[in-house]
Amino acid sequence: MRKNGVNMIKISAKNVDVFYGKKQALFNINLDIEENQVTALIGPSGCGKSTFLRCLNRMNDVIDICKVQGEIVINDFNINDKGCDVVRLREKIGMVFQKPNPFPKTLYENISYGPTIHGMAQSKQEMDEIVETSLKKAALWEEVKDRLHEPGTGLSGGQQQRLCIARAISVQPEVILMDEPCSALDPIATAQIEELIDELKKEHTIIIVTHSMAQAARVSQRTGFFHLGELIEHGSTDKIFKNPDNIKTQDYITGRFG
Amino acid sequence: MLGYTSYYFGRKKAYTIQSTNKRLTALPQFYGYYLAIWCAIPAFIIYSLWAIFEPTIVKLLILSDYANQGYLDDELNLIYEKTKALSRGQFTGEVTSLIQTSSEKYLNLRSIAQSSKVVIVLCIIIASVAYAYKRISSNNRTREPVEKFFNAVLFTASLAAILTTVGIVFSLIFQTIDFFKVIPLFDFVFGTHWYPAKAFVRDSSEALDPTMYSDTFGAVPIFAGTFFIAFIAMCVAIPIGLMSGIYLAEYASYKVRQYAKPLIEILAGIPTVVYGFFAALTVGPFLKDIGTAMGLEVSAESALAAGGVMGIMIIPFISSLSDDVITSVPQSLRDGSYAMGATKSETIKKVIFPAALPGIVGSILLGVSRAIGETMIVVMASGLAANLTLNPLESTSTITAQIVVILIGDQAFGDPKTQAAFALGMSLFIVTLCLNIVALRVVKKYREKYE
Amino acid sequence: MNKNKEKLLAKRYSSEKRFQFLGKSAIFMALLFLAIFIFKIFSTGYTAFQKTWLIVPVNFDAETMYLDANPSKEDLEDADYFEISLQSMFNLDKNANEKQQNELKKMVSYFFEREIKQELINDPSLLGKTKDVYITASDDLDQVFKGNYPRDLPENQRRVTDYQLKIFDQLVEQGKVESKFNLSFFTYPDSREAELAGIASSFMGSIFSILVCLAIAFPVAVLAAIYLEEFAPKNRFTDFIEVNINNLAAVPSIVFGLLGLGILLAVFQLPRSTPLVGGITLSLMTLPTIIIACRASLKAVPPSIREAALAMGASRMQTTMHHTVPLSMPGTLSGTIIGLAQALGETAPLILIGMVAFVNTIPGSPMDPAASLPVQIYIWAESAERGFVEKVSACIMVLLGFLIVMNLFAQIIRHKFEKKWS
Repeated sequence: MRKNGVNMIKISAKNVDVFYGKKQALFNINLDIEENQVTALIGPSGCGKSTFLRCLNRMNDVIDICKVQGEIVINDFNINDKGCDVVRLREKIGMVFQKPNPFPKTLYENISYGPTIHGMAQSKQEMDEIVETSLKKAALWEEVKDRLHEPGTGLSGGQQQRLCIARAISVQPEVILMDEPCSALDPIATAQIEELIDELKKEHTIIIVTHSMAQAARVSQRTGFFHLGELIEHGSTDKIFKNPDNIKTQDYITGRFG
Repeated sequence: MLGYTSYYFGRKKAYTIQSTNKRLTALPQFYGYYLAIWCAIPAFIIYSLWAIFEPTIVKLLILSDYANQGYLDDELNLIYEKTKALSRGQFTGEVTSLIQTSSEKYLNLRSIAQSSKVVIVLCIIIASVAYAYKRISSNNRTREPVEKFFNAVLFTASLAAILTTVGIVFSLIFQTIDFFKVIPLFDFVFGTHWYPAKAFVRDSSEALDPTMYSDTFGAVPIFAGTFFIAFIAMCVAIPIGLMSGIYLAEYASYKVRQYAKPLIEILAGIPTVVYGFFAALTVGPFLKDIGTAMGLEVSAESALAAGGVMGIMIIPFISSLSDDVITSVPQSLRDGSYAMGATKSETIKKVIFPAALPGIVGSILLGVSRAIGETMIVVMASGLAANLTLNPLESTSTITAQIVVILIGDQAFGDPKTQAAFALGMSLFIVTLCLNIVALRVVKKYREKYE
Repeated sequence: MNKNKEKLLAKRYSSEKRFQFLGKSAIFMALLFLAIFIFKIFSTGYTAFQKTWLIVPVNFDAETMYLDANPSKEDLEDADYFEISLQSMFNLDKNANEKQQNELKKMVSYFFEREIKQELINDPSLLGKTKDVYITASDDLDQVFKGNYPRDLPENQRRVTDYQLKIFDQLVEQGKVESKFNLSFFTYPDSREAELAGIASSFMGSIFSILVCLAIAFPVAVLAAIYLEEFAPKNRFTDFIEVNINNLAAVPSIVFGLLGLGILLAVFQLPRSTPLVGGITLSLMTLPTIIIACRASLKAVPPSIREAALAMGASRMQTTMHHTVPLSMPGTLSGTIIGLAQALGETAPLILIGMVAFVNTIPGSPMDPAASLPVQIYIWAESAERGFVEKVSACIMVLLGFLIVMNLFAQIIRHKFEKKWS
């Protein structure tokens, strides 16, 4: 998919403003996300990076008072258009949340949930296959293959989060959004997830919100820095971490505030 | 009043001590309370003991005059009762000189008792207050005893709930046991004929012949009717209550919720007798008309009318309880499902509903328990004859309705019919108790899971 | 494949719509029931606040009443009014035969003699003159005038005869029938005659029962709640108390009636049919409700307040009495009012303790026999006379009015005084 050494643009946000009631949370965000890359969004707490992430699959619809303005174009299609179908959009853009949130059902049902509602499997056999490949991709298969029909809430935190990732990739989304996926996990589980992210980027475009700059540096190719609802700077991870243009970015990176 | 005075004195003494620059170990008020408690409690104890024992002692004193004159116990009691009645001026029979004298003696004794009671109680008050007053000094602790006393009062109050339960069990159990002495338990639980009126017309001299009551107190039709009507009620209440609970929790905008929720809850606040009137006056005849139009035989007091109206009454219980339960399902589960591209109804049906199921089951069980214990609707809108039927268009009767039918008006304790009502009450209590315990436990477990 | 997908999506959306529609219709159904209900009660009940009067000329003839020209007040009280009362009714149709005269007499309530007597006592100067007097019509004519009575039934199925209807229609034409506000509905006690039945006795019965209930349940419940929430150690015994309270709150009310009957009446020998026993029974029933409400509002007081007071050197008791309890009062009070409202609407336990007895005096204390408003509804609803139907609805309106006022009051207390802890 390479074109003249530059990656294809998968998502491009233009002039995005977000309001919570009367309070403006995001100011005029312009950001392009490249295909099959990991893009990290960093910044201090409350800077709006999670809000921006939730704009990308319209999860902000769930919050009554939240209003999004501007254009977010995915596959030449503005998702903030009235005609946009949220259900179809979310099928293409999966999400992994901060706290692992497996459904209170069996492991199998957790994975098969998405394919079932989207009618992706015609038979039980096909469904078994989907469940297996998803779990394998999420590097969870070996650990759980003998207890697929036990409740998903019985797993450890790290396993639960990988289960959620498996659930997200079961519908073969083009983009996976990750909202601080490792913040509730211990370092070993975190390392496993990070490895997984590296693997997943071959087939999916990944956007990850993270608190940890080290994590951003480890997993991402591109980075955007948010501060007080504004996108201060974005570019390749190398450049942001080694040679940022903006003084605020530098201060944050070097730990002077945030 | 005396208590207040002693409170005042206690506080005053404390203030005087305080004004002499000594340090008190407690606030002056506590000295007041201390004194007041000392004033009231011993006097109260003596007073109540007195009130309990006075009649017995008076009776002994009066009857001691006749003790050696060869009267039987029963006759002595009669004399005493007559004496009391005459003294109160309520005696209607022939006044003999014997009763006349004993009545005079009775009045005399009572007045002595009255005055000596006042004197003794006053003495005790003064003595105990004096004792407590002397004990008040700068380094005597009064706060602890006062607080201990209040703590004991609070504890006693909290026993009220247990006492009520004990009271319920006691009031039911003796009559029930007496009932089962006459009617075998087996006949009650498995008998299929319930005609308590048959027991009523019998002569009291025959009343203890158990064979007369076979086929009179078979409770199967009653139990069947109770569960049948409750079933009809739940058929109305569960779909409507559950769906409106779900709609209010998941779909309704803030505004709709703000108005619809209290409006639906008005249904829960309407007294059941009003529902009964509504069922009997409007719903029953209405169903009968519809039935006649369709060529069906519908009783004006059909199980359907009573059950249907009862269902309306239970809607708000189910809806608000399931609303609560659904709202307490964590948002993260919803987010997870939406992020998978699920629609709202898919999320509700496949994620939220299963997660909330224990809580919903608990609330339904509470609803069933209410339906079983509901009285007025059934009394007014359903029949009083206990038919063993599963036709919702016929009339049936329930436990509660039978209790009311039997106990309305004057009751004679010791009559098997009255005892039957208590036995029914006992079965009602046991059934609802089990339902409640299970339901409350399920709901509690569920709450703990998500908190 | 893609086409299949579109189809599936359409199906999913229509199922979504169906589900939403189900939810909406459930709410709609619930609200519809409420609306039908209220409409029905009001449409049958509002007429009870009007009462039909016949205006009948009465000749206060001194001779017929065995009075001299200038009677004293006592004489007026003792005079014989029956004859003139009867005569004035008969005068409505001078050609009436004996049977018809009897029917004429039944066109008014049996109180007519007293109403005529009152008229003269109020104005003794009427003696020897003829005056139009307002007389309460019989309940059947009352219903006829209000249009609730099917006039087209054959005569033998009606309680009103053709002859009575004829006379009545004549009176209506002459403007001698009037409908006025029915004050007696509020001031008269219960009666077997629908036109004279009022809610005064049951109303007072309700008030006394509720007062007794409040006097017992409120202090005990508040003290118990304070103990359980603030002082009780966490052990099996307090757990047991808690389970007990929660269960009691769900025990059917009729069981409390059996408790009242089996213990209060049979063991303690308290007087039957009195608001005292009714109030005690109701208080046992509302106790758990108030305890639960009070505990909830005690729980809502943040621990930081307690810690602050304790850190100032206040004892546990002082902390509770000076800070926690006052702060929790709004919640407790509104919970109490809601509990009392529940008790006010309760019927079954009161029937069991005999408050269903026919009482035609207004009770003056909780120790006098009385009915209560809901029981009155039950008694009237079981009566066969048509005139009682509107009375029942009117009584329901009064009762609902009370409940609404109490609930509003509870809401206001909660919203006005309750502090929001963030």
